[in-house]
Amino acid sequence: MRRVVVTGLGMVTPLGSGVDATWSRLIEGQSGAGRIADFQVDDLACQIACQIPRGDGSDGTFNADEWMEPKEQRKVDPFIVYAMAASTMALRDSGWEPKTYEDQCATGVLIGSGIGGIGGIYEASATLIERGPRRISPFFIPGRLINLAGGYVSIEHGLKGPNHAVVTACSTGSHAIGDAARLIALGDADVMVAGGTESPVNRLSIAGFAACRALSTNFNDDPTRASRPYDKDRDGFVMGEGAGIVVLEEYEHAKARGAKIYAEIIGYGLSGDAYHITSPSEDGDGAYRCMAAALKRAAIDVSEIDYVNAHGTSTPLGDELELKAVERIMGNAAGKLSMSSTKSAVGHLLGAAGAVEAIFSILAMRDGVIPPTINLDNPSVDTAIDLVPKQAKRKEINVALSNSFGFGGTNASLIMRRVS
Amino acid sequence: MSDVADRVKKIVVEHLGVEADKVVENANFIDDLGADSLDTVELVMAFEEEFNVEIPDDAAETIVTVGDAVRFLEKNAA
Repeated sequence: MRRVVVTGLGMVTPLGSGVDATWSRLIEGQSGAGRIADFQVDDLACQIACQIPRGDGSDGTFNADEWMEPKEQRKVDPFIVYAMAASTMALRDSGWEPKTYEDQCATGVLIGSGIGGIGGIYEASATLIERGPRRISPFFIPGRLINLAGGYVSIEHGLKGPNHAVVTACSTGSHAIGDAARLIALGDADVMVAGGTESPVNRLSIAGFAACRALSTNFNDDPTRASRPYDKDRDGFVMGEGAGIVVLEEYEHAKARGAKIYAEIIGYGLSGDAYHITSPSEDGDGAYRCMAAALKRAAIDVSEIDYVNAHGTSTPLGDELELKAVERIMGNAAGKLSMSSTKSAVGHLLGAAGAVEAIFSILAMRDGVIPPTINLDNPSVDTAIDLVPKQAKRKEINVALSNSFGFGGTNASLIMRRVS
Repeated sequence: MSDVADRVKKIVVEHLGVEADKVVENANFIDDLGADSLDTVELVMAFEEEFNVEIPDDAAETIVTVGDAVRFLEKNAA
């Protein structure tokens, strides 16, 4: 199979717009969480979220008008706007601008989302009930469909290769990158714009996830302390919004055009829990098997893994099960492993999480710096694994693994290696 | 321009993201102002909303220029 490398990165996160703004704040240990101010929350169990800082585009703020015309933004849910921004960033970073018909046909898009335009569906439902069907916009459907993120990106940049989308809840971003890498490895495309995007911060989503008892509810007055993976006081995840997009490219294609190569995607594993719709399997078997599948594909020894970017959502059950599965797979090599959860800082970006976290793993390799698990005051379990509490850590990283686990028992692991 | 024409123009500028000076009486929504078929559906909805009038589908099909819209609304809107 053909080798696949990462040649471009783009992201919009609760820590800022762009890779540089997000990464520097992540390393500083900042939190993107705050009280929700743009809709009514007083009757919601969870009143906090990690939201994108908006502004004129300076100082890491997100100015949507820089990335999509206002008249187009009006037609779509924000997850599409975030995907447009992060895709343009990633393509600019990669320097790949397909102009010929052949190059355009060799470049595809695979962008997923967990719940897509749920905010717009909620609003249109209210319109339908209150004012009737004639007031439903012709843009209601195309502006809410999950694959329209990829559709808009392909139209904007003239990308005529495979056009696909993934919907696997909180594993979406990892599955999108893994599946896109396979399309390149198998020869269906030479370049893929891949990742995840999500705009879930609205009353309906908060009410729904709170009903699943998935969200943190004890820190409404202290939001920056709410996302605290592995800590004794953790009580659920903090919802986040944003997008992470990478440009994946066949290795020889990237080399021939002198592209900057961040990393190689060497392993991708998938598994299903076949256990429960929202709870992870009690023995961590699904998590273990998807990491094992990725390791097998990567054909490396487990001791070569220097860093794991954990799924680590800050839920009471999930964090420890993942930790046990990682301990089990690492065996005697657990003692030299560092594993952090960047969800402590950016929150849980659901369908965008895996893509954003794959980018964090790549940046950790690039800079030799591991982002911290902030708010980890008192770990709930003893472990030989270094959970990188509170402060970033310098460490050379050659191989990184990123985990994502989603509702429905859907799991994905990506393994990336530094290319020297 | 009449009051109706001003209101129509404002809606067209807002929905199609075009310069106000392009929104002239004989400007065709699709050929001159860059609208697609979905945009025209939404424009008609916006006219209905602004002028509190129902525009049936067969009438909507005859509204292809700014002037068509103004004339229809001057005749039919309260």
